[in-house]
Amino acid sequence: MKPAPPADDPPGVPGFRTWRGVYWFVFACFVLVVVALTLFSRYFA
Amino acid sequence: MNLLDWVVLLGTMVGIAAYGAWRTRHTDHLDTYLKGSKTTGWFTIGVSVAATQASAITFLSIPGQGFESGIGFVQNYFGLPLALIIVCAVFLPIYRRLGVYTAYEYLGRRFDGKTRLLGAGLFLLQRGLASGVTIYAPAIILSTVLGWRLDLTIIGTGLLVIVYTVTGGSAAVSLTQKWQMAVIFGGMITAGSVVLARLPEDLGFAGAAHLAGALGKLEAVDFSLDPAKRYTLWSGLFGGLFLSLSYFGTDQSQVQRYIGGASLREGRLGLVFNALLKIPMQFCILLLGALVFVFYQFQPAPVFHNRAEWAHHAAGPNGATFRALEEKHAVLHAAKQEQIAAWREARSSHDPAAEAAARAALVAANAATDAVRAEAKQALLAADPRAKIKDSDYVFISFIVAQLPHGIVGLLVAVMIAAALGSKAGELNALGTTTTIDLWRHFRPLAAHDERRNIRVAKWFTAFWGVFAIGFALFAGFAENLIEAINILGSIFYGVVLGLFLVAFFLRKIGGSAVFWGACAAQLLVFALYFTLSISYLWYNLIGCAACMIISAILQTFLPRISRIDADAQTP
Repeated sequence: MKPAPPADDPPGVPGFRTWRGVYWFVFACFVLVVVALTLFSRYFA
Repeated sequence: MNLLDWVVLLGTMVGIAAYGAWRTRHTDHLDTYLKGSKTTGWFTIGVSVAATQASAITFLSIPGQGFESGIGFVQNYFGLPLALIIVCAVFLPIYRRLGVYTAYEYLGRRFDGKTRLLGAGLFLLQRGLASGVTIYAPAIILSTVLGWRLDLTIIGTGLLVIVYTVTGGSAAVSLTQKWQMAVIFGGMITAGSVVLARLPEDLGFAGAAHLAGALGKLEAVDFSLDPAKRYTLWSGLFGGLFLSLSYFGTDQSQVQRYIGGASLREGRLGLVFNALLKIPMQFCILLLGALVFVFYQFQPAPVFHNRAEWAHHAAGPNGATFRALEEKHAVLHAAKQEQIAAWREARSSHDPAAEAAARAALVAANAATDAVRAEAKQALLAADPRAKIKDSDYVFISFIVAQLPHGIVGLLVAVMIAAALGSKAGELNALGTTTTIDLWRHFRPLAAHDERRNIRVAKWFTAFWGVFAIGFALFAGFAENLIEAINILGSIFYGVVLGLFLVAFFLRKIGGSAVFWGACAAQLLVFALYFTLSISYLWYNLIGCAACMIISAILQTFLPRISRIDADAQTP
């Protein structure tokens, strides 16, 4: 017996229609934070 | 601490605990007791996940790390956002679809009873031991600095958390964590503002950051490929990814925080909230430590920040040595202040050559004071081989007590206690739930249908783990760097537990016996490597996980295949 796949309900976050979009947004924020930290280090070193 | 500090401390801590216990005193459904209220929204889930992870050690040790080694520790969290994306996309939907109380219940459904017991057993062993550290760590530091009795501090905080966690279960934990996090954020923002206000007027934040940067405290990202370096971009990204995936995806203390809630959406948004919050939050706490470092460049700085330990030995037969070291440090500290003034002047002259020369002299002056601090630690060891020579955990709390006004001292001590209670409550709740669901119900299956009896047993097990943690904290000695001790302990076990879950999710043809023996062999391998290699502990998460998956796959080729139907039913 194979259960039905879970309904991937919309995230309900303004600007995002799918969870995949939310995950890409989180990933992009992470990359930005790492770049910002690198620049912060370089600037103040 | 004066009366005002005590009013703030007891008012916030006892008030929040009493409120949580009172609001959830009628929790009589097993689902609510173990998973929390069904109406819990994403913000409460997100705060609860953050509060469970952020123990008192976070707010005691991490500013000390920023002070001592700079902000490079932030790389430890680089794998966290990526791990939370995977937990949102893979782990959480399966847990919710199957309606399990614990992550290990899923292992039982996917594999067999012995694999479920192995997963639950590894969790209970690792988290049970860590629970002693999480109660001991803030107690030893607060009792040393504030002059409280260590045993009473451990028993007091331990009993407070037991009362409301046993009374209201998961619902009480989430409710109290929300208010405790409000106290924590309020306190840390206040501390940061006070540090900035106490810096020299003409320095400002930018000047302080330039000074910290010149002395090597602001190197946030290290691209080095050297595996022996503890914190690099790569160890944080890959080791940190596996550590976070294991912690958030398979550690019941976290799974329990997001497994309930109103819907799958609320759980996911709670985790996304943490994925966005964690690195900036850790960066701010580390930066606070770096700013405390700058603060002490313009003030008389102690040669050793655990002042009670220092004073104890300075009053002993080697007092002359200690006083000589204090004087030497004071002289070199004053010389460093002159170098700082010269460096600031050179910077304002916009002459690159002069600035480079002044900076080199400043770095040398800083190295000289560091050398005296190292000498002081050696003197402590010579006076008493059991002396606690790591003082970075005491930097922030000593700063609070010595430099902040009354009232704010009480608030900041409340921050430490709130963090201790929040993470402790999450742990006890998870330990009690796992013992009830994965052990007690496993061996007493007929009792599973008696809801009242299940709640009663869960309460007893929660109380048992609370008393165990208090006892362990009272009678055990712990490693000096407390946050690393917990991370190292986690890294030794987490990789293998994660391997169990990744096999369950993605290697559909592997059955219970293969994964069980594969996990046992991988755990032995991790133990052997830990005692023979000198690599960053974060890598053991990756090694344990990979070893578990590979050995399980090899063993499966020699064992009968599992039922295809079972595999199809439980994998995504």
